[in-house]
Amino acid sequence: MTADARKQAAAPSSLRLVMTLAIAGLVSGIAIIGIYESTLPTITANKARELREAVFKVLPGVSDMQALVYREGRIVAVPKPQKDEPVVYGGYDERGDFVGYAMPGAGPGFQDTIALLYGYLPSRQQVVGMEILESRETPGLGDKIYKDADFVAEFSALSVEPEIVAVKKGTSTQPNHVDAITGATISAKAVVRIINETHVAWAEQLPAPGTEPPFAGEPADNGTGQ
Amino acid sequence: MKQRDPDLLLFHAPLLRQGMTTPKAMRDVIIALLPATGASLWFFGLAAALVIGSSIAGAVLAEWLFADRASRGESLRDATGILTGLLLGLTLPPGLPMWMAFLGGFVGIALGKVIWGGLGHNLFNPALLGRAFLLATFPIAMTTWVSAHPEGGFFSVYAGNLALPFMQAQVDGVTSATPLGLLKFEQEVTPLTNLMFGKIGGSLGETNGVLLLLGGIYLWLRRDLDWRIPVGILGTVVIFSAFLGLFDAERFPTPLFSVFSGGLLLGAIYMATDPVTSPVTPRGAWIFAIGTGVLVMLIRVFGGLPEGVMYAILLMNAATPLIDRYTQPRVFGHGIEKES
Amino acid sequence: MKKNESYEEFVKGIWRDNPVFVQVLGMCPMLAVTNSAINAIAMGMASMFVLVGSSFLVSVFRHVIPKQVRISCFIIIIATFVTIADYTLLALVPKVHKELGAFIPLIVANCLILGRQEAFASRYPTRLAVMDALGMAGGFMLALFSLGAVREILGDGALFGFRLFGESFEPWIVMILPPGGFLTLGVILLFFNWFKYKKDEFLADVAEAERSGS
Repeated sequence: MTADARKQAAAPSSLRLVMTLAIAGLVSGIAIIGIYESTLPTITANKARELREAVFKVLPGVSDMQALVYREGRIVAVPKPQKDEPVVYGGYDERGDFVGYAMPGAGPGFQDTIALLYGYLPSRQQVVGMEILESRETPGLGDKIYKDADFVAEFSALSVEPEIVAVKKGTSTQPNHVDAITGATISAKAVVRIINETHVAWAEQLPAPGTEPPFAGEPADNGTGQ
Repeated sequence: MKQRDPDLLLFHAPLLRQGMTTPKAMRDVIIALLPATGASLWFFGLAAALVIGSSIAGAVLAEWLFADRASRGESLRDATGILTGLLLGLTLPPGLPMWMAFLGGFVGIALGKVIWGGLGHNLFNPALLGRAFLLATFPIAMTTWVSAHPEGGFFSVYAGNLALPFMQAQVDGVTSATPLGLLKFEQEVTPLTNLMFGKIGGSLGETNGVLLLLGGIYLWLRRDLDWRIPVGILGTVVIFSAFLGLFDAERFPTPLFSVFSGGLLLGAIYMATDPVTSPVTPRGAWIFAIGTGVLVMLIRVFGGLPEGVMYAILLMNAATPLIDRYTQPRVFGHGIEKES
Repeated sequence: MKKNESYEEFVKGIWRDNPVFVQVLGMCPMLAVTNSAINAIAMGMASMFVLVGSSFLVSVFRHVIPKQVRISCFIIIIATFVTIADYTLLALVPKVHKELGAFIPLIVANCLILGRQEAFASRYPTRLAVMDALGMAGGFMLALFSLGAVREILGDGALFGFRLFGESFEPWIVMILPPGGFLTLGVILLFFNWFKYKKDEFLADVAEAERSGS
């Protein structure tokens, strides 16, 4: 005990070590909280704006949107979906009439998960637009799923009943056919599969056409949304 | 070099001085490849000459550029650069721009051989390394297969061949998928006679299986190649695909289809047997060959790519030092139980 | 003399002791985020901010921080600056932040930054420490940029997004994929070493000539 104490006398006391670290941690914590608080509004606004832009892109003629979730057996509008809760976005025109759903879907692509958003009109059972939100497909080949305008245009009026089929380029004959991309068949088929799977997953839960929940928020404003 | 006493194995390389030298062996391989090269000229016309010529030019230029001033002539005389360029050229699609073929040859020698310390020190087959680089760099051009016999006869070339350096190739003429591509993506089986005599889409050298086999037999007669490697690879592929055929004959390729489609013959006979990048011991050669065969089938059947010969050989190249290490024969006069 | 000294500390990081080409440090961001010039510059700026900020603080408090807990203190300081950089980039340039992804938080683990604190900032006066940090970060950014520029020019035919060769340029796709990073870095290191070798050879020749002359 005494030997230890003598040895420590040369070195700074443990109290001093603990205090140094504590003060450093405290100052660092305050700095981090400060930067978090001051950037949070911009970050959330950016994210919301990105989402709105994507929704408006896949659902032509839409000027407002709200998040819809499936709770207690029916689709309800919520201001803020819970974390990890499956969600679709209802799109509404200027008069507040329902236009269609923007449905997020994700699944494995050639390299990594592909996350996408597609616009769906329940009245016509058609996909009217598709936007890739996230993908790490091979540059130059697989990335044509969003860089190739022809491929993206395939999804502007596409039947989902019966399910979408990716066919060899130039052989599409049916309304539910998509021309695959030469050299990137796997990525193209992955996109089709993701849409099919998302459609099936939601098919039972979406209400009959015409009975969608009305728009709950303020009529169209160009704010960044909540 | 015949094996007489089963307990005393003689290997090539450092044991005996004999008439066989590197330039001679290389020349033999080039001679063995001539029929297949001629066939590629016959099928694809002048385009074949342009692509193969550019890849040889790239390989030789790299060889010359990076050689020591003292050994410059030497490294050109042993013809390994020419052979690498020729082998690479035969694995390229006929419509490939000449500048890409040139780049492939250059990279193959520079990154595949020179950087390791020159001939005999490289871990990977330079021609395949060049091809792997091209495939990763220009995936579209490297998988655009034009059909044989360009319209204007022998002297016409594909527009793609003449693309300016660094510029894209215009795709012209009819593109046709390779038999393996057809099988994988369209579930279409190509007739076997077409496979054997070359009426198929594919790279310059892989379209005529029979001529490749003839060249292999010539090399075997000249004792230039370790017969265990091609036999082991082809045997493994045949057994593997026959085995798969037991489960679902419709979905999986037949053994003969597996052997004659894609670059398997070219790879098994001319590339896997590269003495520098394959094991020297007989046991090692068998391990190497079987491993390559299994990898080829795994990639072809279960992988995302239609063809896997290149990656299979490169992967086994990487394993070669290890195989050599574990298959060293007992040193004469030393005990069995104690490893030195 | 004094002025000269800080200039010396600044310049050594850019060229003679370049953190990437000579010390071969910080390879992780070097290979991961240099697929375009703009990403490389963004990464370089973020690293510079963190390195200069933490070098400054470490040097100011170098007599206060007990030796036994110095590494923990350095890490706390570095991590704070990294978090600030992370949120600032996310708020200001979300696109760039998305590209850089996990590699912004990983600046904490960049051995270059901790290495400078331990080897330099904790032993030298603040002015020199800041000059050293600026030099090292500048050298790091130079390396990131040369890699990013080569890879973007070959891999995309563009620099900072401006197309250099027109529309029919054939991109070298491997260059924007991870193997391209290894290839380019290898080739650049090759040239750096070759250059150094040639220079040493030349200096040896000169020395030889002087000796035989005198």
